[in-house]
Amino acid sequence: MSGNNIDGIIAIIEKYRGQPGSLIHALVEIQHENHWLPREVMHQVADALEVPFAQVMQIASFYKAFSLTPKGRHEVHVCTGMTCHLRGAAKLQAKVEELTGLRDGETDAENKFTFETGACLGSCSIGPELIVDGKHYGRMTPEKVEAVLKQYE
Amino acid sequence: MSEIVLKIDDKEVKVAAGTTVLQAAQQAGIYIPTLCHHEKLEAFGGCRLCIVEVESRGWTSYVVSCLYPVAKDIIVRTRSEKVDKIRKVLVEELMAHAPDAPELVKLAEVYGADRNRFERKESFCVVCGLCVRYCDEVKHLNAVGFIDNGAEREISFIPEVAKDVCWECQECFALCPTSYAQAAYLLTEALAFPGQRKAAVRAAKVPVATQRIIPIKPVAATT
Amino acid sequence: MPKLQSVAELEKYRAEILAQRDPAKPCIAVCAGAACDGMDSAAVAAAFVTEAGKLGGKIEVRTTGCHGYCEKGPNVVVTPGDICYFEVQPADVPEILAATLKGEVVERLVYKDPNTGAKAVHMHEVPFYKHQTRLLIGDNPKIDPMRIDDYLAVGGYAALVKALTEMKPDQVLDEVKKANLRGRGGGGFPAGSKWETTKNAPEKTKYVIVNGHEGESAAFMDRAMLTGNPHKILEGLIIGAYAIGAQKGFMYTRHDMPLLEKHVRNALAQAKEYGLLGQNILGSGFDFECELHFDVGIFVSGESSALMRSIEGNPPEPRPKYIRTSVSGIWDKPSNLNNVETWANVPQIITKGAEWFTSIGSEKSKGTKLISLSGNVVNSGIVEVPMGTPLRTLVFDIGGGVRDGKTLKAIHFGGAMGGSIPADLIDAPLDFDGMSKLGAPIGAGGLLLMDEDTDMVEIARYLLDFLVNESCGKCAPCREGMPQMLHILTNMTQGKGKPGDLERLEDLAEVTGAASLCALGKTSPDPLKSMFRYFKPEYEARIPGGSGDK
Repeated sequence: MSGNNIDGIIAIIEKYRGQPGSLIHALVEIQHENHWLPREVMHQVADALEVPFAQVMQIASFYKAFSLTPKGRHEVHVCTGMTCHLRGAAKLQAKVEELTGLRDGETDAENKFTFETGACLGSCSIGPELIVDGKHYGRMTPEKVEAVLKQYE
Repeated sequence: MSEIVLKIDDKEVKVAAGTTVLQAAQQAGIYIPTLCHHEKLEAFGGCRLCIVEVESRGWTSYVVSCLYPVAKDIIVRTRSEKVDKIRKVLVEELMAHAPDAPELVKLAEVYGADRNRFERKESFCVVCGLCVRYCDEVKHLNAVGFIDNGAEREISFIPEVAKDVCWECQECFALCPTSYAQAAYLLTEALAFPGQRKAAVRAAKVPVATQRIIPIKPVAATT
Repeated sequence: MPKLQSVAELEKYRAEILAQRDPAKPCIAVCAGAACDGMDSAAVAAAFVTEAGKLGGKIEVRTTGCHGYCEKGPNVVVTPGDICYFEVQPADVPEILAATLKGEVVERLVYKDPNTGAKAVHMHEVPFYKHQTRLLIGDNPKIDPMRIDDYLAVGGYAALVKALTEMKPDQVLDEVKKANLRGRGGGGFPAGSKWETTKNAPEKTKYVIVNGHEGESAAFMDRAMLTGNPHKILEGLIIGAYAIGAQKGFMYTRHDMPLLEKHVRNALAQAKEYGLLGQNILGSGFDFECELHFDVGIFVSGESSALMRSIEGNPPEPRPKYIRTSVSGIWDKPSNLNNVETWANVPQIITKGAEWFTSIGSEKSKGTKLISLSGNVVNSGIVEVPMGTPLRTLVFDIGGGVRDGKTLKAIHFGGAMGGSIPADLIDAPLDFDGMSKLGAPIGAGGLLLMDEDTDMVEIARYLLDFLVNESCGKCAPCREGMPQMLHILTNMTQGKGKPGDLERLEDLAEVTGAASLCALGKTSPDPLKSMFRYFKPEYEARIPGGSGDK
């Protein structure tokens, strides 16, 4: 599990040991801590929480919020909610895809960016939006994307 | 337990409270089509083919009979224009995955479904979940599970578990309406643990004739 | 803070808070709602805190939840007088503070009518606000969501006091029933009847749940309420639990908003500290606990039975049982689920009474409704109007009409499971039943304007594309039907429509609606149905040879 936050992950698993009902909580916390769910971690979760591994896989693959592959250092989101869509999110998405060479859900070879489109985050009034590592860039235009992405190394 | 009287297709049926409409119909010898139902498994309500029309206190609704509990004085119609249309379109949707699956071919004849009506899908799994649920509820092995959601949902063998248990069991293969379970298993084996089974078989000196990947113990088929 | 042991202690404490507050002292409220936050209102708030600090406490600064006028953020409101400043930047801060000290107004930052140039200084003069009735969201600029004392200062938890001391649980239930409070989450089902079902269910253990999932695209008012005034929802929940006889509550909300999580966690902890949650609340003998739960970002988990399975820790698939969750919900116990806005209405119904509540609204839809106004509208934001208000008021008087001088083509309600109606129905009143009949049910209250350039086939394609990813995939009509509809619509938008496509779409829509397991599948074809009702020629035009029969 090199590269993963082992102590943090173990603490989360131990907190929920023997509690099958807490499977989703455990996975959410590990996702937040580690940004992805390595397969061997899911095996440990299955064993500790006494849940069949198949069920852990079902939940982990069910939700878009869980990542089964490592993510880049920076997570780039384009909101594709309805207002952003009406206000030109598709062009914004195309520009991000062009600049990063990534399509929805992909991470680049240098692990710099992970690009994802995402559901409405409720800041429709400032759409279309680009969100990098949780920071919102409102009223984005394709022309402004490059300057934003350049800030991230 | 108290008995409940209801009407299914003009036939008066008396069953125990808590019985589902599907069970009541089966007890009365009335056929309702199903795909994801299996008597050994908890009712799933996934394929929706067992949908029927229920009239209760003047209200007509459409419910899936495998889950809907019988109630006093309800009138059930297992066929109607709308019920048939629903089943026809559902069969057409499933045939986009598995146009030659025998159960679907039979249903297509009954309901006039066109196997080519909708865009053909890559996977021939119809996600009835019989393999997943049988492996969980009856075998307690969980060697196969659901992954993903929505249109992407499919069944997936877990190689870490499957390599130790599936060859000995194989019981889900016969349950599968499209033979997908068997194909998915073989693909998992080929990708994740190729050759291991062969080595085991050689070591056990099993005669070649019995090394077939079809179920040795057929399990009760769904009705 | 020692735990408040009785109603008298609470009222004494409230009096102390109010005694310390001077209504004449200037206060700057900086909005930290989702949109303002996205426009870096945090930098504005920080500048106010720094600069006001140099003034030796002459001006108070408060970071608040959403004020409503999201289009013009970052929003700043100065009291007394409710002077509204829009699009405030950190550089504007010294000037605002200087003017405030002198009792003056910074003219260049107040509202200016885009056509006439007429200015509006005070909130009640700003067109966006003046046509509203802000019973629920109106407190937001007065409250720092991290401070329970702010909520107490505006009369918070007085309804709980009244319920616990003056009313029996049955009386609380009766009041909510008489108020005809209808669920704000989508269905418009009478909340009182639902409460009664749970109350009368034989099991002793009962649960109450706040549905804060808000998965409807372009609906953002529940998050604004829960983030901006969490105690209001919590107070409603506690009162509901008292009426129903529930011992435990769950707040179920989104995982993807750090501020929301922080505020709700803090509110629960503070309520517990003050003795408003826990054993023997305010000495009444009523015990109630509340836990926070998160969804992990999929639309179907907002469906009530799927939501409850998720709270149990199971895969969030809808329960395939023909038994209501109000009778058999979480762990098969009676569980009453209402959405954020429904719960937020409860305290005022108890304080002011059902008669007052029913005096607001239309004949069958009472009270106000929060609306998220967005799309091709000039003034987007969160709006609160009495039920029965004509859509024209929402769209033009409050919303300022269509952006970029374009004309209105359609109004869409209810997100991906709602419907679109043409512009000529603009005089329809905002009403649960009326809008449902028109084919554009209010849903949670996301209202989108679509301008003349909107391609209605593309809109239906977009909505299905969204839903396909949000379906759980358990039942065939939803899992198979939606992608087939999406495929046909995608072809149509790419000029590849085929004869028979419309008939196929109609069949798929009918079967998905009739045979799906849960509300997501059942209502997924609704946008398409509304399109066929009002915009069919646009669809027919995509089929070679015109009509598309056969």
